[in-house]
Amino acid sequence: MPERTLMSAEDIQRALVRIAHEIVERNKGAKDIVLVGMQTRGVPLSERLAATIQNLEKITIPVGSLDISLYRDDISSLQLKPVIHRTDIPTDVTNKQVVLVDDVFYTGRSIRAAMDALMDLGRPQSIQLAVLIDRGHRELPIRADYVGKNIPTSSNEEIKVYVKEVDGEDKVTIVLPNKGAADESD
Amino acid sequence: MKAIEPNPSIATPETFPPPSVDVWQHNHLLDLDDFTQEEIQLVLETADAMAEVLTREVKRVPTLRGRTVVTMFYEPSTRTRASFELAAKNLSADTVSLDASKSSIVKGESLIDSLCTIQALGADIIVMRHSQSGAPYLATQHVNCSLINAGDGWHAHPSQALLDLYTIRRHLGTLANLKVAIIGDIMHSRVARSNIWGMTTMGARVILCAPPTLLPRGLDGFIDNCQLPNVSIETEIKPALENADVVMPLRLQMERQQSGLLPSLREYIQLYQLTMERLSLAKPQVLVMHPGPINEGIEISPEVAHGAQSVIEEQVTNGVAIRMALLYLIAGGKNK
Repeated sequence: MPERTLMSAEDIQRALVRIAHEIVERNKGAKDIVLVGMQTRGVPLSERLAATIQNLEKITIPVGSLDISLYRDDISSLQLKPVIHRTDIPTDVTNKQVVLVDDVFYTGRSIRAAMDALMDLGRPQSIQLAVLIDRGHRELPIRADYVGKNIPTSSNEEIKVYVKEVDGEDKVTIVLPNKGAADESD
Repeated sequence: MKAIEPNPSIATPETFPPPSVDVWQHNHLLDLDDFTQEEIQLVLETADAMAEVLTREVKRVPTLRGRTVVTMFYEPSTRTRASFELAAKNLSADTVSLDASKSSIVKGESLIDSLCTIQALGADIIVMRHSQSGAPYLATQHVNCSLINAGDGWHAHPSQALLDLYTIRRHLGTLANLKVAIIGDIMHSRVARSNIWGMTTMGARVILCAPPTLLPRGLDGFIDNCQLPNVSIETEIKPALENADVVMPLRLQMERQQSGLLPSLREYIQLYQLTMERLSLAKPQVLVMHPGPINEGIEISPEVAHGAQSVIEEQVTNGVAIRMALLYLIAGGKNK
């Protein structure tokens, strides 16, 4: 299956720096901002965003990680249960501007689950969404506030995000379906 | 013997390569004898995530919404039953609890008939305690729902053993190469039996210590047959306690004395009670555990039961996290 690179490590870095600036601009500073990365690859991305914002604003940004497995809407139909990771948010989210960070924005279902999870932890002033890739195909009325790159895709293509902390390198690729697989899914 | 950092009140658990979900192959939880190390690790790590839910103000997640968990207890129980019901409620499952003394069982309904009725009412998971060893195994042959053994006769109490493993791992970081002394009525203890499987699978050494009359007959033959080189037997408490990392006295059931297994309660107390003095033979950071309920002043002295080394209350709290993990993992098996 052909795999084509869409973003290099530098592209990812530039997109994250831009998103960091946008977050600060939108929220008029970084006071009361909490970044929450979604397991697995949203977590290192949220840490990098936080580091960039800290450099800009010279204040410490709390960063947490969120596991949405317990909130998924397809849990009873899955053959194999996802391994649950620990949710770890170091601060009370009540009255904070929470920015959810994920790698790929697709159907919107995991963001729905993440919002439910956050609401169980407190009452944020607002929840915003930052994603590295928006690939379309929304199934719920949810949109992103900060987008690294819009990539129109077909639903039988696969977007793969590699991050250094998890995969050893930074890049975004698209895996095109091979002819046979495409015919099957049609 | 592995050296352990002084006073690790809460140790960082050793990190394993992330377990993959396909290690989990169980539709039921009957005992730990067929569990691999990876499966036990998966339960312990899932329980870690569940423990976070328990620290929240609202301890509830929607995971098992629409599922029904039925607890059928044919024997009295406080903590196990409450723990399973809380775990199910924390995961938003519906719970029904059947008390043998208040149900149709007193009208003569058989175990199988009761189970079929429960299944017809729509149970997804049945949590069962029964005084007959093997009752949950029989149950799995007659119903399609998942069975969790919450204690059967003298045979097994796997969720208790898992919460013991979880509690030890939280404090000491690992189970590998630990010396665990289980002291008291081994013969009648399902907790000891399940712990033998769990502890040895995770790499600990288990010392079973009891007066000869309270050791199961043929125990050494069993150890040989099952190739459990990490299990040994002591009839005196001193060698069992020396350098132990974990000490677990078991409840002495009062009726044992009447049945002639013990010459006198006083003698048992003199020879086997876990006292401060005896505890000093163990490692300084030893954990004192007890499956409960405790007979204070019989198998354990009050100052040990409530002392600095005791994690007995924490075991109860951890039990909820472990049972949430088990319900989550078992509820998946249904769809296979």
